[in-house]
Amino acid sequence: MIYKKADVPFELFYIDFRKADDDTLRKISKERGVALNLDNMRDIKAYYSKLDRAATDVEFETFGQVRSEHCLHPTFKGTIEYSENGKPETINSLLKTYIMQPTEELNFSWVLDVFKDNAGIVHFEGNYGIAFKVETHNHPSQIEPYGGAATGIGGVIRDPLGVGSDKPFFNTDVLCFGPLDLSFKNVPEGIKHPKYIFEGVVSGIMAYGNNMGIPTVNGAIYFDDSYIGNVVVYCGSGGLVPMDKRVKNTKSGDVAILIGGKTGRDGIHGVTFASEELNAKSEETSRPAVQVPNPIEEEKICRGLEKIRDLEYYTAITDLGGGGLSCAITEMAYNSGLGVDVYLDKVPLKQYGMPPWEIWESESQERMLVSAKPKYADKIIEVFEDEDVEATVVGEFTKTESNATLKIDYQGYIVADLDLEFLYNPPKILRYAEWKTKTFPEPTIPEQDNLTEDLLKLLSQPNICSKEYVIRKYDHNVQGNTVLNPLQGVYGMEGPGDAAILKPLYNSWKGVVVSNGMNPNYGKIDPYWMAFNSISEAVSNQIAVGGRRIAILDNFTWGNPEKPDRLGSLVRACKGCYDGAKLFQVPFISGKDSLYNESPLGPVTPTLLISAVGIIPDLRKSVSMDLKSAKDKIYIIGCTYSELGGSEYYKTKGFLGNKVPKVRKNAKRNLDVVTEAIDKGYVRACHDVSEGGIGVAAAEMAFAGNIGMEIDLNKIPKTTNRNDHTLFSESQTRFLLEVPQKYVQEFEELMQSRKVVYAPIGETKNNKQFIVISANGDNIISANLRELHSAWSSTLRLR
Amino acid sequence: MKKEDIKACIMRVGGTNCDKETKRVFDYLKVGAEVVHTNQFIKGKKDLEDYHVLIFPGGFSNGDYIRAGAIWASTLKTELGLDLKKFYDSEKPIAGFCNGFQVLVELGLLPAFNGISKYPEAVLTTNDSTKYECRLVYLFPSNKKAIATKSLNKIIPLPIGHGEGKFLINNKKLEQLLENDQIVFRYAKPDGSIAKCEYPYNPNGSLYDIAGICDPHGTVLGMMPHPERYAFPWQYYDWTRNPNIDFDKEGVGLQIFKNIVNYVERKF
Repeated sequence: MIYKKADVPFELFYIDFRKADDDTLRKISKERGVALNLDNMRDIKAYYSKLDRAATDVEFETFGQVRSEHCLHPTFKGTIEYSENGKPETINSLLKTYIMQPTEELNFSWVLDVFKDNAGIVHFEGNYGIAFKVETHNHPSQIEPYGGAATGIGGVIRDPLGVGSDKPFFNTDVLCFGPLDLSFKNVPEGIKHPKYIFEGVVSGIMAYGNNMGIPTVNGAIYFDDSYIGNVVVYCGSGGLVPMDKRVKNTKSGDVAILIGGKTGRDGIHGVTFASEELNAKSEETSRPAVQVPNPIEEEKICRGLEKIRDLEYYTAITDLGGGGLSCAITEMAYNSGLGVDVYLDKVPLKQYGMPPWEIWESESQERMLVSAKPKYADKIIEVFEDEDVEATVVGEFTKTESNATLKIDYQGYIVADLDLEFLYNPPKILRYAEWKTKTFPEPTIPEQDNLTEDLLKLLSQPNICSKEYVIRKYDHNVQGNTVLNPLQGVYGMEGPGDAAILKPLYNSWKGVVVSNGMNPNYGKIDPYWMAFNSISEAVSNQIAVGGRRIAILDNFTWGNPEKPDRLGSLVRACKGCYDGAKLFQVPFISGKDSLYNESPLGPVTPTLLISAVGIIPDLRKSVSMDLKSAKDKIYIIGCTYSELGGSEYYKTKGFLGNKVPKVRKNAKRNLDVVTEAIDKGYVRACHDVSEGGIGVAAAEMAFAGNIGMEIDLNKIPKTTNRNDHTLFSESQTRFLLEVPQKYVQEFEELMQSRKVVYAPIGETKNNKQFIVISANGDNIISANLRELHSAWSSTLRLR
Repeated sequence: MKKEDIKACIMRVGGTNCDKETKRVFDYLKVGAEVVHTNQFIKGKKDLEDYHVLIFPGGFSNGDYIRAGAIWASTLKTELGLDLKKFYDSEKPIAGFCNGFQVLVELGLLPAFNGISKYPEAVLTTNDSTKYECRLVYLFPSNKKAIATKSLNKIIPLPIGHGEGKFLINNKKLEQLLENDQIVFRYAKPDGSIAKCEYPYNPNGSLYDIAGICDPHGTVLGMMPHPERYAFPWQYYDWTRNPNIDFDKEGVGLQIFKNIVNYVERKF
């Protein structure tokens, strides 16, 4: 008999692996819903055979949680046999080889703490570091959009808190949905319409961020058919960490204190749910995996945490996320080389009748864990009492002669007794990956005499159009630190800013710059260039507003890594990450992967989000994207190539294309020269050229400033003779700049001395017209600013 | 009294989240301000009488369940009702911004036609757009009574951020508000004309474009917009458009706080 009920006054089962064959092992993993692979199951079997006893369900669940893809990231840390167009290669740890390696090689002194803790930390000013983390919450948001997204943002807020930050001073969110105009006939069974998911996700993020009083200042919304069955929700949060108060020094004898909301049945098996594909039954089977959000609880926790941190009451802090207590408490012990005794019956519960394993791994939200000297326990409890928050001693860290162990006591019975060393060292995974270069046909689109309609159409595309409907639901000014808003320009005509700037310290003019870069459409052609271009995009967005000294975070949302083609494209993307980080000299400081994003409709298109955090030494020099006055010169920096593969222009014509934009070797020069020009005060407006090319970027600058503009395609440095390619190519690291006449000479001298490709391409006008002159001197685009703004802002108005 | 002797209380409760930036404004004015949790007063660790200014900042007090501000108001009424009445009767200034305005209405401290009312006489309800609105509004200062806004005489821009800001009151009471000169701000268009309930100039559908009111004495102010978010020039949405910006100058929101401080200096 495999399962046997224990003779105790609560629900506890023994699971006996000792005689189980491989099929039975697989079956147990599936039945218990822990998503452990066969290697792990065999490893666990061997462990119990040696001890010659059965496992308790609490123990077995602990393996399921700690060793999951979500917690230990075996795919990113394991070995991969990779073949690229038939050329074999062995990769030992994607994470080390491609993500951590550039950070090590760049070796910047301002990078303070990376990859080890809940959030990456870079230096800001004086004693302060900036902690930044971005996470995914895809599967829960697909099942329950509001709760899934809200707990996504709630969870990521606890990451900066988990490294000792103040209440975070900004949030970001990047969302990927199926098309909102999807016909109901085409919505498969068991899948919710993208509109429903969209409204729920946006409302969830709104409710949590706004209620906590954290401004949501940056983000993106992307639409693609592949997200119909599997929404992608990236939530990010950043906070200031006083570095002298940062401790990680748990000692034997310290108590473990659980702070925050009660533990309940919401959020059971969240991490295993995240490590499996979605199916038509996910709605029923996985509903308990979605947690219930309570932002006010988290707001109250923040207050108390700042207090006990500043009073130096704790010796270590972490948040409860995936895996709940089971991951948080064992990790705190394991990282300090200690064991831990847990008194599980002390955990405050939302409901009665929860068996110990559920209490142990529930992912109920709004909980934090600290270790502290016993004498401070009461003081910590009192601080939280003042905030109407519960804090409870739930365990004690221990040191023994032999290996560190986890012991869980529940009502006087030992329900788990595990070797932590064994728990945290699962068998390394060997996976197979394959990449074959794909070739898509380049379309032949007839040349046109007038591109006004094409421009208007591009402006109204879901991936380019105004996201004002969503942006204004998020409070982007709370805390009063927002210097550059997500929407910039003249009241009523605002355009899309490249990056947000915040002023988190009252007595300093140094600003924090937040941006992101993502373009899944390029990944359909080659994930390598998707990754490279996403870094380029995130960094260019920073540069455009005056940001620099940039650190980046990766967030991979991919399909099932056990399928070689999915993993192959992941490897390709990782290679792009390495090369991009090196070329732009931007270290990765943290990241996250969400794999198994598949539904009955297939995998999501490989989606890599690059989030970036930089600084601006004097935020009074910030530059927004809206044109400021008439009779200024418009410059372009960077060369325009005929590379429209994956572009929005091709998409409007129904093509993907093959020539994906590439980043050239001296791309960083373009960025550096923009920074110099901004610092010298030459630049009145600057906009990064991205989706929709020069046409869209220039139009956005014009309507946002409500100032006319005339540009001449002949003057644009380019490798194509086609007007549409020149206007709509998405070549990387290009910027449009507005330079007042009085600085023209100095500006041009600077450009020449730095040997960048640049050209004056037009002028701002004392009217409300946007004019583009074609190669043969005709007005190939002629539109008034209201018309452009209206095309851009009319798509996404749901109510 | 001297400015340095003034003590301002910025009261908070679980879910309050604009206390820090409100305190920053008082710090800038070199007025001692303290952020105090309501529990501190309830437990007797602090005494409201020690303060000269009382501010209810923005946020989502107690999650704003039931109605925005309702739960906090009910706690305050039952636990600190007498202390609040004393504070009010002594004509010390009280101001509520955003959630603070909602609390003041729920508390009966606004419009308070005949002193603090037992039940709310008005309501701030869900925006006509049915969603949270984070945007800039233009305000027409329409009153000479409120001590906090007296000096304002032309259209001012201020940010809003709320989901429940639609001010409603019955017609008879609206007349009373007008008669008593209790309407402090009305939503306007950038050109200075009244919004006349046109979205987004009037962002929530407030009756008579009301954005803020005061009590009959002018010492209690409630308003939906956030003056603490426009206290400094770099907080302006479009400051990058101003080529002659002076970062040492003050933002328009600061004036409201200055007026409150001046009043206390003169009066006490």
